[in-house]
Amino acid sequence: MVGRKSKLRRILTVDLPMLAILAFTLGPYLWMLITSLTQESRLFTDGPSLVGATLENYVRLFRTVGFLENLMHSFIIAGGTVVVGLTLSVTAAYSFSRFSFRGKRVLLLQFLVINMFPIVLLILPLFVLMRKVGILDTHFGLIIANSTIAIPFSVWMMTSYINGIPKSIDEAAMTDGCSRLGALWRVILPLCTPGIVATGIYIFITAWNEYLYALTLGGRNVRPITVAIQTLIGEYQVEWGLLTAGGIVGALPATILFLIVQRRLISGLTQGAVKG
Amino acid sequence: MTDTPFSITAAGAPPKGGRASLARRVLPYAMLSPAVLVTLAIVFLPMAQAAWMSLHDYLLWKPSGFAFVGLKNFATALSDEVFWISLKNTAIWIGLTVPAQMLLGLVTALLLNQKFPWRPVARALIIIPWALPSVVIALMWVWIYDANYGVLNEFLLRMDILKTSIPWLADPDTALYAIILTLTWQGFPFFAVMILAGLQSIPRSYYEAASIDGASAWRQFWHITLPGISGVLVTAVLLRTIWVANSIDVIFVMTGGGPGYATYTLPLYAFIKSRTNLDFGYGSALAVMFTIMLLGFVILYLKRAGKAVN
Repeated sequence: MVGRKSKLRRILTVDLPMLAILAFTLGPYLWMLITSLTQESRLFTDGPSLVGATLENYVRLFRTVGFLENLMHSFIIAGGTVVVGLTLSVTAAYSFSRFSFRGKRVLLLQFLVINMFPIVLLILPLFVLMRKVGILDTHFGLIIANSTIAIPFSVWMMTSYINGIPKSIDEAAMTDGCSRLGALWRVILPLCTPGIVATGIYIFITAWNEYLYALTLGGRNVRPITVAIQTLIGEYQVEWGLLTAGGIVGALPATILFLIVQRRLISGLTQGAVKG
Repeated sequence: MTDTPFSITAAGAPPKGGRASLARRVLPYAMLSPAVLVTLAIVFLPMAQAAWMSLHDYLLWKPSGFAFVGLKNFATALSDEVFWISLKNTAIWIGLTVPAQMLLGLVTALLLNQKFPWRPVARALIIIPWALPSVVIALMWVWIYDANYGVLNEFLLRMDILKTSIPWLADPDTALYAIILTLTWQGFPFFAVMILAGLQSIPRSYYEAASIDGASAWRQFWHITLPGISGVLVTAVLLRTIWVANSIDVIFVMTGGGPGYATYTLPLYAFIKSRTNLDFGYGSALAVMFTIMLLGFVILYLKRAGKAVN
């Protein structure tokens, strides 16, 4: 008797409010999904619905708009940023985690402060500098631009992961004849593979989702998916079926990757609290 | 035991030990140098360049023009009407978005901290907005707000809350608030996740002791929960304030600052000024001014983070 009553209370005070918040969270996304599955001609007469769902909009997206090429650009840029971000930050993170030296705090905070500066402050000079060097509108240029976000983030995440591995392990490796770098390469790196994967995936998502750099420093030859979607909004203003299909395709890789690593990522993020 | 061999070699062969200790002193910096040098080149050098540009007349389409004008751009900004409009919008933007995100995040975290069967599912799904590209977020909310076929208008009309549909993003009175709702949606999961971590660090025994003493749920929340998460809350608010202030991509895609100047924020103004007028001198000056205003929050945050590092 008491059990049933408290269960009812739980449903009213916990389950239902939680459902309401989830509806608010997922509603816009699901609405976009349903719209993308509705035939364009029926959208304005009957409104979006799952009755008579069709993949027509997706077919059109890849046939006529050439979305595949944009996906490739995004993939190259995001992948390149992951490589740059991870390789540059691993030794730095090891150094922060294992040594104490003069200026450590300032150097560490320096990496934290980078992500707090407004992106406009970086876009304008990067545009001018890249124009001078001649790497505007190239994959390389956009990888560099995305690295301004990826390197500091990755340094912080990797530092916190390496902090979680006991120092005695390096010492044991070194008494067995490894050098410092040998210990890092042969023992520590394999141990923090899950951390490296999570950090890499997060960098990938951020670079994939990035829009302002892509628009300003790329955009003509190199058109990542985010820029392509924004152009769609301008060109096909009323064709919401096509637009929302573009949105779903653009969001899909990041969403899936995120759901795969979310547990590990969140514990890392809340410890470091590096990014919002 | 492991220490002895080292101290013997150091004492027995001083010159070699000296070199080894030099190497040991240099090693940390050597390992840091790739990351530090690259960030120096791609972050701090450009920032210095931005500060330098802000002191010049610099129109990108005029190839020869780069005249030093001192603080002229800054003086221009202070008498620029759009600058003040943008500043006001920025204040509203931060002042409404951050508290809204925090409240919704707090409620969500408190709910997620309860026991119910589908909690893991709810926890995974709640963060989805956080992982979406801002362009896609902008796209789907533009569709929701659409004046003719948008689901928001249809819903409100059916519920008899509205008599006629409202062009949410085209009306200067509603555009900014419509975008604020979008950004609240995007950012509240971050608060929820952070606060949840804080909640889980409060020992159960505190609540048990309090309920034995007969404290009501409200008093428990006020005297145990809130103090327990205050640290996390302050950090999250600082981070989010900086983040929300900086985020211009959603606004840029949704309205491009319009209608008129109704959704201009300061960084967006700097961006549009440089992008459409190619006035990089003035744009940089606006960006620099905005950065200086933001610096207070950044320093507060760094102080907290600095403590955590030690």
